[in-house]
Amino acid sequence: MALIDLANPTRFLNLANRCLPWLAGLTAVLFAAGLYQTWFVAPDDYQQGATVKIMYIHVPSAWLGMFGWTLMSIAALGTLVWRHPLADVAAKTAAPIGAAFAFLCLVTGSLWGRPMWGTYWVWDARLTSVLVLFLMYLGMMTLWRTVEDPSRAGRAAAVLTLVGAINLPIIKFSVDWWNTLHQPASVFRVGGPAIDRSILLPLIVMVLAFTLLFVTLHLAAMRNEIMRRRVRTLRLQQAGAGAGG
Amino acid sequence: MMPLAALFLRDIRLAVRIGGGAVMGVLFFLIVVTLVPLAVGPDLALLQRIGPAILWLGALLASLLALDHLFAADYADGSLDVILTARAPLELAVLAKAAAHWLTTGLPLVIAAPVLGLMLNIEPKAMAAVTLTLLAGTPALTLIGAVGAALSVALRRGGLLLPVLVLPLTIPVLIFGVAAANAAIVGPTPFGTPFTILCALSLASLAIGPFAAAAALRHGLE
Repeated sequence: MALIDLANPTRFLNLANRCLPWLAGLTAVLFAAGLYQTWFVAPDDYQQGATVKIMYIHVPSAWLGMFGWTLMSIAALGTLVWRHPLADVAAKTAAPIGAAFAFLCLVTGSLWGRPMWGTYWVWDARLTSVLVLFLMYLGMMTLWRTVEDPSRAGRAAAVLTLVGAINLPIIKFSVDWWNTLHQPASVFRVGGPAIDRSILLPLIVMVLAFTLLFVTLHLAAMRNEIMRRRVRTLRLQQAGAGAGG
Repeated sequence: MMPLAALFLRDIRLAVRIGGGAVMGVLFFLIVVTLVPLAVGPDLALLQRIGPAILWLGALLASLLALDHLFAADYADGSLDVILTARAPLELAVLAKAAAHWLTTGLPLVIAAPVLGLMLNIEPKAMAAVTLTLLAGTPALTLIGAVGAALSVALRRGGLLLPVLVLPLTIPVLIFGVAAANAAIVGPTPFGTPFTILCALSLASLAIGPFAAAAALRHGLE
């Protein structure tokens, strides 16, 4: 059965247990600094007012939504090419976190869109492609939930992750193309004036804080997943012993 | 080459016989196209405007419905194991099966489209454009779907998993298929621009699909 899962991961668990408190602490410090700057230091936009501050959550979420799939793709290579026993643990646990950040990106985007565009949802190219990314995360999570044997599910998910990784830029491109065809670009102009340093600096701090949050959550989730698999193996052994003896 | 040709012919024969389900997709297509006017109303001007989109959506759903047949029957009777252990490369075997599958399920949709277009009040010139885009685009749907079919047969769970996995991947094909059809009718972009991209998508899925599907089968059934 999945006994190989018990061999190597012990060292990983030790490492994770040692790193996690430091990572969590650093994340908290960076969030404290970033949120302070967001609320008290960064100026309001002269047109958008305080709503511009949604950006400090929105932009890091969008970045992490894409980062999650990249991580899953690397893990998929680890599963298919190197057969690393921890690769599918990393891939499985990255999916819900990536989906959460993609969802956060959609929610903050639509909350910002309500006062700015007058509607919660427009079929803007970038909103649409993040929505598709979110749907693909959900598909991946259902795939993981359909199969009970983790290593079998891992290889199937790895194939799909890589196909998705090839497809995502194509989807992005086609949605952009579709959008320019349907509505003129005047609705949503990116950037406008170049970002001022007073806004850029808090944004960078927030992006770092969110990225560390992702890493912390991912490491903790991997640890939990390894423990969950150990429990599963033990239960299977117990059931086997009970049936045999 | 001989074993692949034999596989191709065998799949076509199986599809047209009783239980093959080759006609089922066209019937489903017809029903979807019938349902849309019942939902949006019998306004012929509106139907003419959204006609290409309806035909594309119907064809997409119909081709998705047929995907279950691609590997499931072979898995059930054990011939998929024979194909896996055969000397012919699995990628080419997948390609042969996908080609036979497209001929028996994709091509009938393309042929049925002009007839259904009459019901949606689409003009002859526009109808030619829609048919042409379907001809160029449905191979991509079959090849992308083959990956999903391979995954779901390897996992022994078909059902709703297949569309959930496959539909997001077909978004580019849908966008450029409908865009090319609309470009031929109302403009402003020339028909060639989206149409060549649609052809490129089909070729790209021809290059990637068999490998991904074969990998899914190999890893799933080992």
